[in-house]
Amino acid sequence: MLELDKLIGFVGAQIAALVTALGLGPDWVTLVQLVVAALTLIGFASVMVLGLVYAERKVSAHIQMRVGPMRVGWHGILQTLADAVKLLQKEDITPSNVDRAIYFWAPIVTFVAAFAVYAVIPFGRGLVVTDLNIGILYILAITTFGVIGLLMAGWSSNNKYSLLGGFRSAAQVVSYEVPMALAVIGVVMLTQTLSMVQIVGQQEKFYQWYVWRQPIGFLIYFVAATAEVNRTPFDLPEADSELVAGFVTEYSGMKFAMFFLAEFLNMFTVAAIGTTLFFGGWNGPVLPSWMWFLIKTLAGVFVLMWMRWTYPRLRVDQLMGFAWKFLLPLAILNILITGLFVVLF
Amino acid sequence: MDTITLVFFALALLIITSALFVVTSKNIFHSAIFLIMALFGVAGMFVMLEAPFLAAAQVLIYVGAIAILMIFAVMLTARIADESIIHTNEQVPAGLAIALGLLAVILYGLWNTPLTIHGGTPPSGGGHKLGELFLTTFVLPFEVVSVLLLAALVGALIIARRDPGATPRPNDQSAEQTGA
Amino acid sequence: MSEFAAIAVFLVLGVGFVLFNFLLSKLIRPKNPNPIKQSTYECGETPVGPAWIQFNVRFYIFCLIFVIFDVEIVFLFPWALVFQSLGLFAFVEMVIFVGILMFGLLYAWRKGLLRWY
Repeated sequence: MLELDKLIGFVGAQIAALVTALGLGPDWVTLVQLVVAALTLIGFASVMVLGLVYAERKVSAHIQMRVGPMRVGWHGILQTLADAVKLLQKEDITPSNVDRAIYFWAPIVTFVAAFAVYAVIPFGRGLVVTDLNIGILYILAITTFGVIGLLMAGWSSNNKYSLLGGFRSAAQVVSYEVPMALAVIGVVMLTQTLSMVQIVGQQEKFYQWYVWRQPIGFLIYFVAATAEVNRTPFDLPEADSELVAGFVTEYSGMKFAMFFLAEFLNMFTVAAIGTTLFFGGWNGPVLPSWMWFLIKTLAGVFVLMWMRWTYPRLRVDQLMGFAWKFLLPLAILNILITGLFVVLF
Repeated sequence: MDTITLVFFALALLIITSALFVVTSKNIFHSAIFLIMALFGVAGMFVMLEAPFLAAAQVLIYVGAIAILMIFAVMLTARIADESIIHTNEQVPAGLAIALGLLAVILYGLWNTPLTIHGGTPPSGGGHKLGELFLTTFVLPFEVVSVLLLAALVGALIIARRDPGATPRPNDQSAEQTGA
Repeated sequence: MSEFAAIAVFLVLGVGFVLFNFLLSKLIRPKNPNPIKQSTYECGETPVGPAWIQFNVRFYIFCLIFVIFDVEIVFLFPWALVFQSLGLFAFVEMVIFVGILMFGLLYAWRKGLLRWY
């Protein structure tokens, strides 16, 4: 009834008709359709981030027994919009001895790495831009690419805090990528496919969700994903008392906004992947598929925000030791046990 | 000109210009970034050749690990801003001659090799065929790779560890630097 | 392979979106540079020395270990896709592969290279 895939199909057909009427070939039709899809997702991502930032402030406020933004719009709902407009017209203070080219491109790289993932996320039944046959591997690859952005930012700022923050951030993300990938491999062992849509398709019933068959894998993924997006208790690279603002210290205005945007996009991405791999993606009774997807993903994001104000943060040596000496062996063990189970039964 | 040819030429242009900038850039960090662009171009080539798994592996390993390793090395050993590495090379004519000679040999070989396009469909590309192959036909090289990786790891760790005054030990009284 | 056209579009449009925002901001924002504002930030003090930190090999070592395990992951993916249909033999092969690499991790662990002081 409220299924969006018919709407998408309709719009796609209209675009095809329009482009062919202009006398262009089928390749152009695909191109225009993809451009429209990408623009739609950019719009969706922007609105989502606006909502998430507002949610973060409200969630953190209520956990801390205060109310958060209340003035701008009803209960402060337009607060993030106001912040976005503010950032837009802030002066861009570029320190004099930065490496200009790298300084300029670092936020772009970080944002693109965060956004490119959205091409393969299945938002609902038939609501995926492109169902790559290497879906989840593509996501992992793009995530590793994102580290380059923050190294560029740390380096080009020509600031001790930025450099150190960039280093630590990169070391942390890189260390937790391995357990995360291994947890994903655990699920892939059961799904026999890398395609995101097929993985969701295999979890139609509640009891088929992979979280029941890979509980340890899910826990490993959850912890590693939290570290990947630099959330507490793993947010040392952003800790104000430690490194000012880490690798974004020298960024202001729109460039800073892009890093910020990328961070919240990453949070949503990581929750979305968790939903797809472990909680059945868009499967669910009664409600339309995209609604189920949003509910599950936003629940994940809520847990990420909740944890921020519940746990203290880990020291950098605890962080690294935990990844390499505990999480990694545990993930390997998970794979071996899963393999044993699958082969013997 | 159909789309595939267009894409091929675009990617080829990207790879070649990036590679050129890697070797001619005066700033070593810029070189690293251009290398990353070149590696991405190669990944694009793999996609064009109907090998998406290889493309993802290329990005995952080359861009996501090796390039980062190189950037770490650059960041840890170069001072920022003050000096860039000066590339003074007095052997440009000799180098050019050798490069052109090599190019001639390669072009000659390519021109005279019959490059036939084999019919048939490429595998689904999700890595299934690859997995089958190196768990059945190519098992021995597969296991040898793990030994190779182990050797690489241990060797690199031994070299890295021998660096004097870098890895601090708990009761090391010598000045502990500000590195985190 | 044509599915990847979407990826190219997303990459290009991502860059375009950011550049668009930068342009928008450039049109709206003020521009008042002065040397104090543009000096490197060091908590309100004048910066001491160029921005470099002491060579800390531990960053490099962790990245090195990551490279090796990254390659291992790339090998694990195809195995995970097909091992069910290939039976116990494939599983044992992978155990050998992973086991050999775990020796590497153990070596690093015992040599104290995984410590971060």
